[in-house]
Amino acid sequence: MTRPDHASAPETAPDAAPDNAPDDRMFRRTAAVDTQKGLGAIARITRMCFRYPRRAGIAFAATVAAVVMQLAIPVILGDAVDRTQAMAGADPDVGALVVIALTLLGASVLRGLFTLAQNYAAESVGHALAQDLRNAIYDKVQRLPFSFHDRTHSGDLITVGMLDLEGVRMYFSTALVRTLLLTLLIGIGAWLLLSTDVVLGLLALSFVPFAAWRSSVMQLTLRRTWLILQEKLGVLSQKMEENLAGIRVVRAFAAQDHEMAKFDRSSKDALELSHRRIDVRVRNTSAMTFAFFAAMGLVLLFGGRQVASGEITVGTLATFLTFMTILQMPVRQLGLMVNAYARASTCGARLFQLLDMPVEIDDAPGAQDLKITDGTLRLDNVGFAYHGAGEQRAISGISFEATRGETIGIIGPPGAGKTTLMHLIPRFYDATEGAITIDGQDIRDVTLSSVRQAVAIVQQDSFLFTTTIENNIAYAAPFSEDRRIRGSADSAQLHDYVLGLPHQYRTVVGERGVSLSGGQRQRLSIARTLMMEPAVLIFDDSTAAIDAGTETRIRAALKDYARDRVTLIVAHRLASLMHADRILFLENGRIVERGTHEELLALGGRYKALYDLQMHPEADVLDQTEDAR
Amino acid sequence: MSPTRTGEPRDPHDDGRARMRAVVGSDRIEEEIFGRVFDGKVVRRIWAFVHPYRRRVWIAVAAVLVFTVSQLTIPLLIRYAIDHGMAPDAPPGLLAGIVALFGVAIAVNYAASLTQERVTGWMAENVLFDIRRKMFAHLQHVSLSFMDKTEVGRLMSRLQGDVNSMQEFLETSVQSVGDIALLVGIVGVMLWLDWQLAAMVLMVLPVLLGVRVLWLAKARAAFMAAHEANSVANGALAEAIHGVRAVQAMGRAHLNAELYGQLVGRTYQAHLRASRLAQIMIPIVDTLTGIAMAVVVVGGGLMVVSGRIEVGVMVAFLFYIQRFFDPIRSLTMQYSVMQRAMASGHRLTEVLDVEVDVTDAPDAVPLGPEDDGSVEFRGVTFGYDPEHPVLKDVSFHVKSGERVALVGPTGSGKSSSISLIHRFYDVQAGAVRVGGHDVRDVTQESLGRHIAMVLQEPYLFTGTVMENIRYSSHWASDDDVVEAAKAVGAHEFVQAMPLGYETMLEERGSNLSLGQRQLLSFARALVADAKILVLDEATANIDSYTEMQIQKALQRLLEGRTGLVIAHRLATIRNADRIVVLQQGHKIEEGDHETLMAQKGLYAKLYDLNYASFDDLPEDLSEADRAIAT
Repeated sequence: MTRPDHASAPETAPDAAPDNAPDDRMFRRTAAVDTQKGLGAIARITRMCFRYPRRAGIAFAATVAAVVMQLAIPVILGDAVDRTQAMAGADPDVGALVVIALTLLGASVLRGLFTLAQNYAAESVGHALAQDLRNAIYDKVQRLPFSFHDRTHSGDLITVGMLDLEGVRMYFSTALVRTLLLTLLIGIGAWLLLSTDVVLGLLALSFVPFAAWRSSVMQLTLRRTWLILQEKLGVLSQKMEENLAGIRVVRAFAAQDHEMAKFDRSSKDALELSHRRIDVRVRNTSAMTFAFFAAMGLVLLFGGRQVASGEITVGTLATFLTFMTILQMPVRQLGLMVNAYARASTCGARLFQLLDMPVEIDDAPGAQDLKITDGTLRLDNVGFAYHGAGEQRAISGISFEATRGETIGIIGPPGAGKTTLMHLIPRFYDATEGAITIDGQDIRDVTLSSVRQAVAIVQQDSFLFTTTIENNIAYAAPFSEDRRIRGSADSAQLHDYVLGLPHQYRTVVGERGVSLSGGQRQRLSIARTLMMEPAVLIFDDSTAAIDAGTETRIRAALKDYARDRVTLIVAHRLASLMHADRILFLENGRIVERGTHEELLALGGRYKALYDLQMHPEADVLDQTEDAR
Repeated sequence: MSPTRTGEPRDPHDDGRARMRAVVGSDRIEEEIFGRVFDGKVVRRIWAFVHPYRRRVWIAVAAVLVFTVSQLTIPLLIRYAIDHGMAPDAPPGLLAGIVALFGVAIAVNYAASLTQERVTGWMAENVLFDIRRKMFAHLQHVSLSFMDKTEVGRLMSRLQGDVNSMQEFLETSVQSVGDIALLVGIVGVMLWLDWQLAAMVLMVLPVLLGVRVLWLAKARAAFMAAHEANSVANGALAEAIHGVRAVQAMGRAHLNAELYGQLVGRTYQAHLRASRLAQIMIPIVDTLTGIAMAVVVVGGGLMVVSGRIEVGVMVAFLFYIQRFFDPIRSLTMQYSVMQRAMASGHRLTEVLDVEVDVTDAPDAVPLGPEDDGSVEFRGVTFGYDPEHPVLKDVSFHVKSGERVALVGPTGSGKSSSISLIHRFYDVQAGAVRVGGHDVRDVTQESLGRHIAMVLQEPYLFTGTVMENIRYSSHWASDDDVVEAAKAVGAHEFVQAMPLGYETMLEERGSNLSLGQRQLLSFARALVADAKILVLDEATANIDSYTEMQIQKALQRLLEGRTGLVIAHRLATIRNADRIVVLQQGHKIEEGDHETLMAQKGLYAKLYDLNYASFDDLPEDLSEADRAIAT
């Protein structure tokens, strides 16, 4: 009597990222992992498991003990049956029966306890391993430079940290310990059966090769199709999510039918695959059960004849049958074990690919902290090309100098390289040509943390953390006093708004909190950057959503603040930067005009053209429309 | 949502006053996972989805019963084989006969298990997809105010998690029929074989059941805690990945790693606790099995010796004992599954019951090409909450081919007005007429074709550029799409993309700039080729170059159609034939630019202040101006 195994889907968490991306994507779930790397990963995980030698040792020892008890039980049972039969018709030997019963009970209890020890120790090795790996992944992810994150899908990375971690965590218990368990059970079981009676033993074991093979094929197929199914379901949820988030577009175009058709296409695809998966599972489990029972029938037939002819006892036959039932489960589980190895090798390979990724932007050997003296920022013929862009440089030949208290404005058409340039100064990327120095020290020669401390940037798209407003503002300086936090918020013209919120500075913002408007987000982002007291402060197009009046007040509030540092302002609204000491006009990655607002107007070049456009937009558009007609 | 978690690292420079304000990850508010075990209303709703498959359900239940009977028969046949077939005085051929019967039993067993599992599996999957489809289709029509106040994430967890737990429930339900049958069968067969021995053995059953129930409550709490800890840790990792640029810019990597280490430490402890609780059941079950077997050995042994039962009966008992713990285990698990399914089912029902408040009238007629592009508001009063109208008795008329700009401060009712034109909501009083028809008298589908709409935030779907521009305008050829892109000035940058029009836009076009996305949404509206264009102009500042392109595209888009624009840009406003000024739900001024300037009302005031945007009232507006504006 067996229940079909339902523990066939090895992974339960949904795959995060749906994708239609090209196949060279890193950390892609369905991508094949080459055998060499897979084996290497297995070896490495195995070594890591033995970082916990005590627990691993207990797990192995308990496994051996549990197997012994497991196998002892049918032997005792067989003995019990034989003795009982021997006593039949004579005086009952109650004492003997009680001894057998107690032995049986003892063996059962011990089997339970050893199994507990085995499972618990094995799982605890897995969890400890997971803890180590989690910390390592987190640390790595945080330190890998922008260039890495630019070309990696965040969803894929999260999946590595969730699902691949899970695959590696399960390795010790479902692969290693199970290997020992199954080898012992099947090995000793087979030996016992064969040594009792070769023919009957072979008959009893006849289902083993078949079941082992089917079970392995089934698990591997299920795993492969599981990954594909997850991808299909990912596409489906993406479709649903986009539909719901864009429901106004859907309604505006009366596109409900169109959307349902899209949904049905994806949905049908996924449904068909899951039907196929059910069939694979059902056919194989049923076939395994059948094979097992068929073997049992043979044992019954031939064993029965031997009993009838007195060659073996009924007890021996009972032992045979019990052994078979005991062996049945482990044999079916061989597939799970095979799968656990397969899973650990692919998951491990991806995980180690991440962990072994070189951190390209890091401290140079023996680097010292940056020492700020005059607070002078200098760029010398700086050029930069993005990873994979070949010779095509995003910026080139950029040179300028700014001393403490100075403000530099940077302007130019979209794609001119303004943000790229700003990202070089805090060393988010390393310049590929030229050098950036602060007080004469090349930023690549000093420690990274001191550069990041000296250069603060308000980024274009500010990421807010799902936590309170005060935690967000104090992000860079978590030990600050309330007074400073409020001060920063006040300078960023955020304080009054915060006071109007239900929990004021304790209001949770971000993904699952109060949603802020674009302008409020930018002001919050400014407030948190002000907490850093840097030598160089960069506003990277970070006031676009703030209205002109508020921006003026922020600028006024920062007047004193700006005196102690270099301020770089990237903006497209001229009003944001026309007060700057110098304005650089960037085009195609080069500085094409530089000077003060007045000088540039007098020059009558691109800056002047932009100025005219911004001052009299409607006139221009009217002209354009006239042309169009 | 406490801002601090336990076990904060100490600040080396702690002055005793400042508190650390650092956390990684955040607590999640989990929804109720377990509901009542049985909720009639929910079950009825779910049954409606199962109903189309009811024949399969009966087949599955029949198969599971046959399967159970065959499961029970097998040990009995073994017993007969031992007691009769192998006896020295057994008639020749009896053993072979029994084994032949055994063969029949296992064939039946095979067929029944195949049928039951396959039918159940398919049925549960189908129901899952049906529920999801029904819900998704429903969401396409429910009131927009419901959609506005419901997070997408919440709906997604209805469409995924809750639907999945229903599937799990259906799949295991049929199995529990089998489990119950098996349990009853085992007990029945044991009693039939020998009721005294059975009674002795079955005494362990209530003990097991009791232990299991007590254990379940405790274990579940531990499993939930582990699950929760896990998702908090995963959430923190996701946060680190999404926010990596902020983390690096503000130098928090080191502190975060420390905090994360503590979080992971707690996760580890929670997992170990759950693992301990999961494993503790094993020795308990083994001990009870041991006791039951011991009872059979002593009690059954004595009965065999006294000749009361045959040795085969004893063997059969030993077999059954090792089996009756399985159904009890799955049944107690089914209890949790059911509770979870009821909670999920309840939430699903809630979504399915959300009212659809805008439907086609039974005698609705389609708007056709013969209908013109006029728009008229006749004494319209409307509020999302009828108690608080956002539009009060508003009337204006836009002639076919005319361009009208709607202006007014935030909260004046501009956005609500354009929602009404498209009949996203129904008015409470008055009427909105499009092409000379009350919007309630025409079909929504035809209304959608008559009006093209450009929303403030350009919204793109994952898919190719071509698919995005064409969207639901199936009649548009590839050339039409390219033409539209050229007309709005999107052609150049689309051509420059790696695969041109076949380039995939990832994550809603995050690989495009805001201006580019805007242009694509213009092209989409142009392809739809509607008589009326309704446009909510973007407020965000974009660079002047893109801005210029967008203005040009807008002019092109409005050519030859009725245009109704919620305008923020002076250029757009001045280009309009007429301007309608709204304030707090009332129409206060109407006329062209010159007329309104001459009136010296709100429009003139705002215009003179020269703000880029008319609805984002600057905070430094003087008190007097503010009074006028709001």
